[in-house]
Amino acid sequence: MSNTSKSIFLAASVATAVAGLAHTASAQEQEKCFGVALAGENSCAAGPGTTCAGTSTVDYQGNAWTLVPAGTCADIELPAMADGTARMGSLEALDRDMAG
Amino acid sequence: MFDASSHPDSLPNHPGVGYKPQHFAALTADPGPVRWLEIHAENYMGDGGRPLAQLRHLSERFAISVHGVGLSIGGEGPLDADHLARLKHLVGWLNPASFSEHLAWSTHDAHFLNDLLPLPYTAGTVDRVARHIEQVQETLGRQMLLENPSSYLAFAESEMSETDFLREIVARTGCGLLLDVNNVFVSATNLRTSPRDYIDSFPLDAVGEIHLGGHDEDRDEHGELLLIDSHGKAVVDPVWALLDYTLARSGPKPILIEWDNDVPDWPILAAEADRAHAALSLIPA
Amino acid sequence: MSVAPSDFTAGLLDPDRPAPNGLTDAQGRPAGKRFDVYRNNVNASLIEALEQGFPVIYKLVGRDFFRAMAAVYLRAHPPTSPLMMHYGAEMAGFLETFPPAAALPYLPDIARLECAIRRAYHAADATPIAGTALAEVAPDALPQVRFRFAPAVQIIASAYPIHGIWRANSDAGGPAPVAEAQAVLVARPDMDPTVSLIPGNALPVMTALLGGTALGAAFDQGGAGFDPSALLTLLLTHGAITALT
Repeated sequence: MSNTSKSIFLAASVATAVAGLAHTASAQEQEKCFGVALAGENSCAAGPGTTCAGTSTVDYQGNAWTLVPAGTCADIELPAMADGTARMGSLEALDRDMAG
Repeated sequence: MFDASSHPDSLPNHPGVGYKPQHFAALTADPGPVRWLEIHAENYMGDGGRPLAQLRHLSERFAISVHGVGLSIGGEGPLDADHLARLKHLVGWLNPASFSEHLAWSTHDAHFLNDLLPLPYTAGTVDRVARHIEQVQETLGRQMLLENPSSYLAFAESEMSETDFLREIVARTGCGLLLDVNNVFVSATNLRTSPRDYIDSFPLDAVGEIHLGGHDEDRDEHGELLLIDSHGKAVVDPVWALLDYTLARSGPKPILIEWDNDVPDWPILAAEADRAHAALSLIPA
Repeated sequence: MSVAPSDFTAGLLDPDRPAPNGLTDAQGRPAGKRFDVYRNNVNASLIEALEQGFPVIYKLVGRDFFRAMAAVYLRAHPPTSPLMMHYGAEMAGFLETFPPAAALPYLPDIARLECAIRRAYHAADATPIAGTALAEVAPDALPQVRFRFAPAVQIIASAYPIHGIWRANSDAGGPAPVAEAQAVLVARPDMDPTVSLIPGNALPVMTALLGGTALGAAFDQGGAGFDPSALLTLLLTHGAITALT
């Protein structure tokens, strides 16, 4: 593409993008404050009042680790997960599995 | 020693609450008896976004107390220079009515353990804590308040009582004290001492703020009652009674309700503030 | 006898160590369970911080797995800063070599995405340019224009459908993800972070723009079917561009 035609192409893309923008005013200071705020991460309270957490751990290097992921991951079916081979997830591995 | 008269701002002798973002709308609409808010410094050390926007907004309406939880003033090593710089920045732009931290440590060998850990009370730890407080007051250009901890155990090596330790720190550094009445009750129960004796020997003139909060009950392996400073419940009646005992001796003070776990809806927290307000109203100004 | 902070610290993180000597109850008996209070506080508070920081991973693997995994993580990577808002930055790398999670190879990229969302939430405020500012640039100057991006703007590219997985497991809600490589744009138009899909053919363009490449050269990186106006719309509607240079 020549420099001139590239400029025209870019200008046309900009015009299309800007034409499609809704005109929304930025929120006012007061409005910025409402809405969902994440919980504060630092606190000076003691943990929930039992002494049980922290007195045991599960050792995954021994035979003690018996937990398997048991959340919504069960709802996700990806070919890369199905054959038990692709694990560390490179693009190539996924492409291969999707092709196969 | 720091000259407190160079920074006249202080918290009002009224109830305050530990600020929780879920209470923003309620606090904005009707704060009831609440005249000031306390924030945990570390949660407002981001670069921007809603936490800082909320804090700026609230600071126009309420006096703010900045309460640090991560400076590790009782730590063995030097204070974290980066963290102290962040604190200086926050205190610089916010210019809060008060800054306080804990008689505790939380960082060791560059690892932050996210808990307020205890220290023995010895000549050596007095030196260390006094040095760190002087550094903080020098850096911030203002007096700080130091808070008494909740104790679950004792150090065999301790040479002095906690109140003697705090009195010595005040004498050396000119810092003020944050008296957590629930912590007094928790520690006294756990270490089988008298909470009223503790208040009697506490340097009440140095108190710039009082904390109240709820605690949990557990038992140790000998079946002994073990109270835990969980901030997850209402303040219990014996702690309210200890507050009355304290105020009768100290005169009116700013009183904070802390509720950090299982945070309730605003009316429940406001009711705790009302009760603090009632306790203050019995005390001649 | 005195208790060294290093012994105290080691005891906090290793449940198999006894409480350090020199810590007692009121009658001088060894601290035992009283030391466990501090162990609990350290562990429970760090696990809770990770739960708050990685809500989608929590949902994907479930409570029991997450908490056990977090207990391993916090020992391998105790916080190095008092700012808990950034705790968990090494989670992606940790998950890549955590055998119990090996069957979910997309988890590390979800961790990267959740860290990026938190960074965006706390990023410095920035005023985005209006779309008209771009339209006012003379056409022959456009190829040389470079974008300056808001501090919140980040790209996460994955071999897995991270946008679909994130949507299906967040408040945004969405259909079950299908197998494809996906990249997302994390931005913060005002105060709330946003996560948007970047079309695959636009990813090299976006990467080049974020790296400071001028518009003309960056758009040359577009793959087959690349839609420049769609990418510009994405950036402008998410307040991603703060200046033209």
